[in-house]
Amino acid sequence: MSKQATRRVIPIQVERPSTLTEIERAAVLDACARLKELPGALLPVLHAVQEALTFVPKDAVPLIARELNLSIAEVHGVVTFYHYFLQERPGRSLVHVCRAEACQALGSVALEAHVKSSLGIDYHGTTSDGAITLEPVYCLGNCALGPSMMIDQQLHGRVTPERFDALLASRRDRA
Amino acid sequence: MSAAGAVRVFVPRDAAALGMGADQTARAILAEAKHRGIGVELIRNGSRGLLWLEPLVEVDVAGTRMAYGPVNAHDVPGLFDAGFTSGKAHALAHGATEQIPYFKKQERLTFARVGLTDPRSLGDYLAHGGYRGLKAALALEPGDIVAAVTASGLRGRGGAAFPAGIKWKTVLGAPGAPKYVVCNADEGDSGTFSDRMLMEGDPFVLIEGMTIAGLAVGATQGYIYLRWEYPQAKVALQAAIAAARAAEYLGPDVQGSGKAFELEVRMGAGAYICGEETSLLESLEGKRGQVRFKPPLPAVEGLFGKPTVINNVITFASVPVILDRGAEFYQHFGMGRSRGTLPMQLAGNIKHGGLVEVAFGVTLREILYDYGGGSFSGRPIRAVQVGGPLGSYLPESQFDTPLDYEAFAAIKGMLGHGGIVAFDDSVDMAAQARYAMEFCAIESCGKCTPCRIGSTRGVEVIDRLLAGDNAAKQEAVLRDLCETLTYGSLCALGGLTPYPVISALNHFPEDFVKPLRTSSAAG
Repeated sequence: MSKQATRRVIPIQVERPSTLTEIERAAVLDACARLKELPGALLPVLHAVQEALTFVPKDAVPLIARELNLSIAEVHGVVTFYHYFLQERPGRSLVHVCRAEACQALGSVALEAHVKSSLGIDYHGTTSDGAITLEPVYCLGNCALGPSMMIDQQLHGRVTPERFDALLASRRDRA
Repeated sequence: MSAAGAVRVFVPRDAAALGMGADQTARAILAEAKHRGIGVELIRNGSRGLLWLEPLVEVDVAGTRMAYGPVNAHDVPGLFDAGFTSGKAHALAHGATEQIPYFKKQERLTFARVGLTDPRSLGDYLAHGGYRGLKAALALEPGDIVAAVTASGLRGRGGAAFPAGIKWKTVLGAPGAPKYVVCNADEGDSGTFSDRMLMEGDPFVLIEGMTIAGLAVGATQGYIYLRWEYPQAKVALQAAIAAARAAEYLGPDVQGSGKAFELEVRMGAGAYICGEETSLLESLEGKRGQVRFKPPLPAVEGLFGKPTVINNVITFASVPVILDRGAEFYQHFGMGRSRGTLPMQLAGNIKHGGLVEVAFGVTLREILYDYGGGSFSGRPIRAVQVGGPLGSYLPESQFDTPLDYEAFAAIKGMLGHGGIVAFDDSVDMAAQARYAMEFCAIESCGKCTPCRIGSTRGVEVIDRLLAGDNAAKQEAVLRDLCETLTYGSLCALGGLTPYPVISALNHFPEDFVKPLRTSSAAG
C-alpha cells in the first residue's frame, strides 16, 4: 500500500498549457461535476458547457476528457461530429437559417443569398463587429410557414428579406 | 386564474404559432382586456394544426370554441371592438373551430387533444380521456399488452413502418436487464412537424405511451431523444414529466402497481443521422452518431447493449388510444396493411399548410387540393416530395396514389413520417436533385463508403451533367452511382438519397437539359 501511495504517475502526454479563463474552467468543471454520473454523459456535458459559455472551447476538450475518464480523441470526435456544438466563440446573436426543402419551396434560396450578402458573411462566419454568427440548419419543424429561421433560439416563420432586415435591426439595437 | 365569469381565450404556445407572433398576440389580448375591464382567462394551448391561420385565437362561447385567425397583436383592439369575447363576427372569424372543414373532415385519434387542452395541465389531460390507456394496460399481463399493439396493426410512424407489436415482442422475449424504452424525437425530415406539435401540444400522451411500452416489455427507464431545434418541446416535455412524476404516473411505483418507470429528456445536437435508430443509440451513449451494423437489432442489443424498444413519437403516442379503445377500434381505420391513422403534414408551397390526421387510403391529390387548397403562390403545383429529404419527387401524374405504405413503395416512393412538401412550377428539379446529394454529404456519418464518398461524387456528377459536359455519359454515371448508394449503403441515408435524385431525373428530365438553364449549377 505504501508503495502505491508514493508511486509517481508519469502522464503519457504532458497536458498542454490551457488558454481557458478561470470562469471558463469553472463552468466546464461544474458541468462535469453535475452530469458525469449520467449514463452516456458526454452530450449532456457538452450542452451544459455550450449553454454556459456559448461554445465549447478547444481547451475544454482535454478537461472534459479527464473528468469523464475518456480519451481526448473521443471527446474531440464527438464535439466535431455534431453541427450544433460550436468550437469558436459565436457573435452576440446566433442566426440559424433553414436550408431544407420545405423552405426552399417558399424561396429560402433567395433569402439565404440576401442574408449572406447583407451580413457580408457565409455560413459559420461571424460579422466583423462580433454581432452575428450565421449557421445553416436542416429543418426547424416549421415547414408549413416557411421560410424559417431561428434567432437565439427564437423561431420566426414566413421570413422575407425585408422581415429579416427588421428582425436584425431590432437585435442590433438591443446589443 | 379561473375567476368566475372570465372569458376563456386560447392562444397557442406551439412553436409555429410563436414564430408568427403568438406571444405578442397573447400579451396584447391580456393588456386590452385589462384596459377594458373584461375578465379573460388566457390558456396557452397547442396548435389545432390549421397552421396558415396561426396565431389562431379561440374563444370559449358557451362550450363552443370560436376561431379567429391569423390574429396579430395589432388586430386585437378591433377584435374586442367587434365583441370577439362573445364570439361575434369579424373579418378574421372562422366560426366554430371544429366546424372548419379542414378540421371537421379529419379523424383525430393520436392528435385528439392537441390544441384542445392545456399541455401543462395533467388535470386537463385526465379530463379529456388521458391515462385511460395506462389504466387498461396495468390490468393486463405484459404479453397481452404486446398482443393488443400487434393486433391493432400499428406500424412504426418514424418512416420504416415496421410493425410495433413485433418489435415489442422481441424485446419482451429478449434476455437481459435492464431494458430500455427510447423515443426517437429527432424529427429531422424536412416537411415534418407532427412530433413537435404533439410534444408541445399533448406531451402527456407520449409519456403515457412510453410508460405502457415500459410495462409491456419490462423496462424501467425511458429516454426521449429530442432535437435541439425544438426548445419549446423540451420545456413542454419536462413540465409534463414533472407533473406526471408528482402524481405518480412516473416513478418507482406507477399508480400503485409496484412497477417502476422513469423518463428523461436528452438533447440531440444537430445531426440528421441521429434519426436513424442505431445512430441515435450511439448518441445517447455519448458517442458520435455513427450507424451500427445490424444485426444485432436494438430489440436484442440496443442502448448500452441492452434490449431496447425504440419507436417514433407518433408510434408511442398512438398506443394509449389502442389500449383504451381496443385494438379492433384502431385497426378499423386504414387500408390494406396500413392500419389506423397517419398524421400527415402539409408543407412547403401550399396555401393551407398544417396537420391533417386521417385514416390511410386518402389520395395525395385530396390532401393537396381538398385540404391544402393548392399552392401558396397560386401557381400550379409541379412536384411533391413525400416522406422527407429521402423521399421521391412525385409529378402530377402520380397525385392519385393513395397514402398507403405499399402503394407508395409500388411507385418507388415512400410515405416515411408523413411529410408532404409541395413545389410550384418555378422549382428547378435539377437543383433539388443536387441538393439531395449535397444534404447526404453534409449529414453522412461517414461509416460506409457509398454514402460518405458517393454523395460528394454525386454533387460533382450532377454539376458536370448540368454543365452539359458529355451529358449522356454523366447521366449513366449518376444512375450507376445511385445504384451503388442504394445497394451498398449501411442505412437509409445513403440507401434512399437516390430516391429524390432518380425520381427528379425520371419525372422531370427537361430540367436537366442545360446549358439553357444554368441558375442552379453553382448552387
